[in-house]
Parts: sequence; structure tokens; C-alpha cells
Amino acid sequence: MGVLQRWAKSVALEVQEYVYLVCAAVTDTFTRPFYYHDVVEQFDLIGWGSLTVVLLTGFFTGAALASQGGMTLDQFGARPVVGRLVSASMIKELGPVLAGLMLVGRVGSGIAAELGSMTVTDQINALRALGTDPVRKLVVPRVLAGFLMAPVLTAMSDFVGLVGGWIVSRYQLQVATGVYWSSVTRALYIQDVWMGVIKPFVLGFVIVTIACHVGLRTSGGTQGVGRATTLAVVAGSVAVIAVDFFVTQLLIYMMY
Amino acid sequence: MPAEATLTVKQILSEPGAPVIVFDHVQLAFDDFVVLKDVSFTVLKGHTKIILGASGSGKSTSLKIITGLLKADAGVVWVNGQRVDELTESQIMAVRTDLGLIFQEGALFDSLTVRENVGYKLYEESDMPLEQVDKRVEEVLGFIGLLEQMDKMPSELSGGQRRRVAIARAMAFKPSIMLYDEATTGLDPITAITVNDEMVKLRDLEGVSSVIVTHQLRDAFYVATHMAVREGGQVRIVEATPGKEREAEFMMLREGVIVFEGDADALRHATDPYIKEFLS
Repeated sequence: MGVLQRWAKSVALEVQEYVYLVCAAVTDTFTRPFYYHDVVEQFDLIGWGSLTVVLLTGFFTGAALASQGGMTLDQFGARPVVGRLVSASMIKELGPVLAGLMLVGRVGSGIAAELGSMTVTDQINALRALGTDPVRKLVVPRVLAGFLMAPVLTAMSDFVGLVGGWIVSRYQLQVATGVYWSSVTRALYIQDVWMGVIKPFVLGFVIVTIACHVGLRTSGGTQGVGRATTLAVVAGSVAVIAVDFFVTQLLIYMMY
Repeated sequence: MPAEATLTVKQILSEPGAPVIVFDHVQLAFDDFVVLKDVSFTVLKGHTKIILGASGSGKSTSLKIITGLLKADAGVVWVNGQRVDELTESQIMAVRTDLGLIFQEGALFDSLTVRENVGYKLYEESDMPLEQVDKRVEEVLGFIGLLEQMDKMPSELSGGQRRRVAIARAMAFKPSIMLYDEATTGLDPITAITVNDEMVKLRDLEGVSSVIVTHQLRDAFYVATHMAVREGGQVRIVEATPGKEREAEFMMLREGVIVFEGDADALRHATDPYIKEFLS
């Protein structure tokens, strides 16, 4: 009973601290002081820095989808509609989720390690002692960059995925270019596009806030930083998949 | 608070020997572990309070409570006429503008250069023009003798240099109270003296009140028994006069309570077996 109680208390504490952090980050975004320089730096690090890995993932996912989809569609003699399969899967589901997972690996781990080592070496307390609110200085720029760059990265990943699908369709499946692209656009309804756009906003926000929370709660020296980094990646990945499911359900309920 | 009352507080605090930090029956525990049982002390303007004690006796915790980085469970804490135990984090920011805290190990920002570290508060949190900030940073680095290291990263400095940069960072915005948390721990005796000299210079030449937390007795006595004097543009560290020596008050913490309070002489002649063992 004691163990269970302690576990329940620690879970409740983590949730409480996470909610506090999220509330503080949102409030601090709209109040002064605002550290423009750090925001620009984080947009560069999180947005531009993640572009290569997200584009590569998108390209190969689109190409593999076309390849696999082509084989399945052949059973129904429906190979020309392969574009429809690629676009529906990429834009609604795989684009946001895979870009999210890549961001967890690249951005989430980096944030947790950076903030974690700042915490264990007292740099966060030093910031506070020098009159800087660590949430404003460190969390707000990262959350803004994650929230706003995740959709941009996802859109690029989606497009590159469609291009990957086109290359496989055209040269492996021998589907004409015009047939592929018209199939891509015909399958897409405006609700699908909305779903593909809204999801990454939520995922970007969740990934970065989890990483910041884990980083700022680090304790236990360098070992603690290692644990925090692992936790940020594990918790972030699970959160991406779980949040994606719930957002999907909500959007289906609201839009379809 | 009415304007007149604020003025009175300011007037009182501007007097020599005014109480700039007051701990009144402060208590703090982390779960079942009691860090401070019942601690009361006062730090006077321009004086030095040296807090001694073994590891885990609550020394560093006291400094964190003064700066509002930790909140006491009970008791009253006054810093510069403000009750920091009652203020919110954003209100405490105003109190912190007059507090310079030097952390154990320095806690320098490792992604910033020495110049950016020292000028951090002025660059980021003040409206001071950049040229003036640069001038102040150079002035402070000159004071601690690290001007030529200005564009290096903290990782390129030695342990002693890092501590001195930490002192420079804390003094750059001219706080009237400096709080040193184990500023000389882990340094060799020669380097420790250079750090001690900075503390003495700040206290005697800039009129800064200091709280020094340490378990290095040699350094504690050095700061208490020396003073800085300016002779023809040169700064010299000399033996303190008896009057000056009495301005450094020692305080020893043991398991969250004060077991000794007095000047260097009283500490040397203390009869308590624990203190004697600590001093031996």
C-alpha cells in the first residue's frame, strides 16, 4: 500500500508540475519581458535544424507506402489510385506522427539534456538569482518554436512523401504522372487537410512542453541528465502516438 | 505600503549598521528531513556574516532562502526591508536586483563567453546602453584581474578563474549584498586566497555586506582578519584592525540550529567540544 501510495503521489505531483509549467509558458508568451533573440535562435535550431531528418523520413515513408500500396491495390486491379492511398495516409496520419516522432528524437532529447544539465549545475537557479524567469527565457522560446515549426515541417514532409510516392509509382509501378497527381488531389477533402494541419500544432506543443518539464525537473547529476533524456524521448514518443489518437477522434467527431 | 513608510525604510537601511538581512525563527524541512530547526540571525550593513558548519547543516539552504530560491516553512525573512517569505516569484525579482549570489562550483552559463556571463544581467535584464554595459563588464573583469580572459568560454578557465568570474557576474550590477556559497571549496590554498581577496576588496572598497557560507576555516578566518586599503591608487590587503575584525561575525550551524555566534576571537576561544573538534 505504501509503495502504491508513494507512486500515486509522485504521478500526481508530476502532472501538477506539468500543468503549472504549461500554464506559465502560455501566460508568459503574452506578457513582457519577451526574449526575441532566444525565440529566433530556437526557430532556427528546432525548425531549420530538424528539416533534413524530417524530409528524409517523409520521402522514404511516401516511397514505401506507394510500393506496398501498389502490391495490395493490384489485387483489386486498382493500381492507378495509388496516389489516393499515399496522400490519405501521409497527410492525415503518417506525416504528422512521423514528423512528431522525429522531433521527439531530435528536439525533445536535446531540450531535456540541455535544460537537465543546466538544472543539475545550478544554472537555472543562477538565472533566477540574476532576475530572469527561466520559463520566459528557456521554455517560451522552445514551446513557440515547437508549436509553430512542427506544422511547417510536417507540411514539407507530406509534400516530399508525395514526391517519393510519385517516383515509385512512376518508375516502379508504371503509373502515369498525371494519373498519380490527380489521384492524390481527388482523395483529399478539406477536412483531411485540416486534420493534417491541426495535429502537428498539438504534437509540437506536447513534445516540447514534455521535454522542458522533464529537463527542469532533473536531479541526480550527470546520471540524472541521462535519465531525463531517455524519459523525454520515451514519454514524448508515447505522447505523440496517444495524443494523435485522441486528436483524431476529436476531429472526426467535430468535422466529419 | 504608503510612500512615506517606504522612505523611512530606505532611510533606516541607508544608515551604517542597519539590519539588511534578518532571519526570525526560520524553519525548513524536506519531508521528514529537518534542514533548519529554528534559525534566527541578523546581517548588518557593511558587515560580514560567516556561516560555518558541516555538510548538510543547512548553510547553503539559508542562502537560498535569502534569495527566495527556496521558501521557508515557517518564520520571517527580511531582506533590505522586504519580507521575502511573503513575496511571489515575480515580486522577489525586485529584491534580487540588490543581491549577488555566488553558487557552489560557480554555476556559470557554459554556452556563454566570460564577457556574456559577467554582463548577463545588464545585457538581458536592464535598459543600460550596450556601450555602458561593455564598459562595466571590462571594469569588473579588471577588478578581479581577468580582463584578458574576456572572450574565452567558461570551460577554458581554471577552477579559480571560474569562481572569480562568478564573483564578477554577481557584482557587475552593483548589488549591496553578496552571498558566497562555498566560493573557495575545492581550490588550492593560493587560488583560494585570490578569491578571498576579492571578497575582502568588495566589502571594504565597495561597502558591500556579505554572507559567506563555507566549511573552509582557513578562508573564513582570512576574510575576517584581513581588510583592503587603497594606498596611492594601489589596493593592498592588510591585517584587519581590531574594530574591523569585530565586523565579521561567525555563526556555526549544527543539524539546523545555531550552536555558536560571535567574532573570530570568541570562536578561537570557544569551549564547546563540537566547535573545538570542528576547529581542530
